[in-house]
Amino acid sequence: MSAISLTPIDLALAAALLIVNGAISIAFGLRLERSLTIAAVRMVMQLAAVGYVLKFVFAQTSPAWTALVALVMVLAAGIELLQRQERRLRGWLAYGLGNATLLLAGGLATLYAAAIVIGPSPWYAPRYVLPILGMVLGNTLTSVSLALLTLNEGADRERSAIEARLALGATRFQAFSNLLRQSLRTATTPLLNTMAVAGVVTLPGMMAGQILAGSDPGEAAKYQIMIMFVLAGASSLGALAAVLGSVYLITDARHRLRLDRLAQPRKQ
Amino acid sequence: MLRVDYLAVPGLPVLSFEVVAGECLAVEGPSGSGKTRMLRAIADLDPAGGYVHLDGVERSEMRGPEWRRQVRYASAEPAWWAATGRQHFPRGAKLERLLPALALNDLHLDRPIAELSTGERQRLGLARALVDEPRVLLLDEPTSALDATSAAMAEELIKFQLLAERIVLIVSHDAAQIERLAHARLQLAAGIIPHRAQGPAA
Repeated sequence: MSAISLTPIDLALAAALLIVNGAISIAFGLRLERSLTIAAVRMVMQLAAVGYVLKFVFAQTSPAWTALVALVMVLAAGIELLQRQERRLRGWLAYGLGNATLLLAGGLATLYAAAIVIGPSPWYAPRYVLPILGMVLGNTLTSVSLALLTLNEGADRERSAIEARLALGATRFQAFSNLLRQSLRTATTPLLNTMAVAGVVTLPGMMAGQILAGSDPGEAAKYQIMIMFVLAGASSLGALAAVLGSVYLITDARHRLRLDRLAQPRKQ
Repeated sequence: MLRVDYLAVPGLPVLSFEVVAGECLAVEGPSGSGKTRMLRAIADLDPAGGYVHLDGVERSEMRGPEWRRQVRYASAEPAWWAATGRQHFPRGAKLERLLPALALNDLHLDRPIAELSTGERQRLGLARALVDEPRVLLLDEPTSALDATSAAMAEELIKFQLLAERIVLIVSHDAAQIERLAHARLQLAAGIIPHRAQGPAA
């Protein structure tokens, strides 16, 4: 069994549904018509481009091309991570921390899943590595941004409590222990929720995609289970690396709290 | 002996002074003159230029936490990170003499911090700063929220620290208290400090 190929007319029919959004926006004066149009056009162009790029890269099966695409994905995720943070580190520190975290967690989890769990030949086969990396990055992005949000805002809010501990002779990690726990817990919550409802309330996107593309649902379920575990590992690892790195960067070698290294919140 | 040489706190004049063991230095000056900033810099809670030696050892010769275990800054408004007072003391801390000296008892330790009065919290904060017997006490308005009786008890406790050869720097707006405790005074002038948006509030 194979998937039914979609024609441009099929896509046009689907796009017609956007008229519903436009009608709602006009009827209620939401003034979203412009944003909707831009977002839709962007989405179509991005996905079409990705389709062509992946088609090309899959055909090459070259480690260099795979690595290049993977790197671009990590950098794009890094920019997105930056934009999701209200209070972030100043300048290049934030970008460096975000990308290092995503590269570490995304890279390790993807390598583990692709090379060890699935084991295609060659192990860097882009058909396996890149989609897994994409899912890993998406989920890690969520948990890392939640972790950093909790930690950085908490550092600001609980500044006097942290400094009270530092003044009593605590090390920076002792002084941040409450916030570290809180940040890691917050970062793990979405994943716990996703795992709890997977297959019951929602059919995970990857599994749905595989089924639509003609896979056996049993096979699709196995892949989805594998991916869930990989995502769980990557999210936790990413959140841990992000909060440890962030504590390291908003304190200094003398174990002083350096909130001056956080950028001022952006004015809306 | 605590020796401060060319301490350069942003926004303050460069300061040099020394305090010998068993003596108390009063730090005076109007609000905003940088008294808190100076104490925080000596405790190495904020970056500052210059040298601070405790018994001949400069602060940079030891790790920050180690320095702050000996050179203790106690805020006028102590901050708390756990629900009850007891959780803020090291396990096995010797409290049986310290608490009564500040009219505190086990009940204060086990009640939620939020239910204590401002004065009780201030006394608990003072006990927390003293419990591990640091060599230098940097007390920022330690009795500002206390009634006359409690303030007198706190003063007795501070005097006892001096008898035990500890060094005390105290910020106080109570002239009589300074008269009773201090061996020397340091006056920080107002007006020469530009107002800064950043940095800790004085």
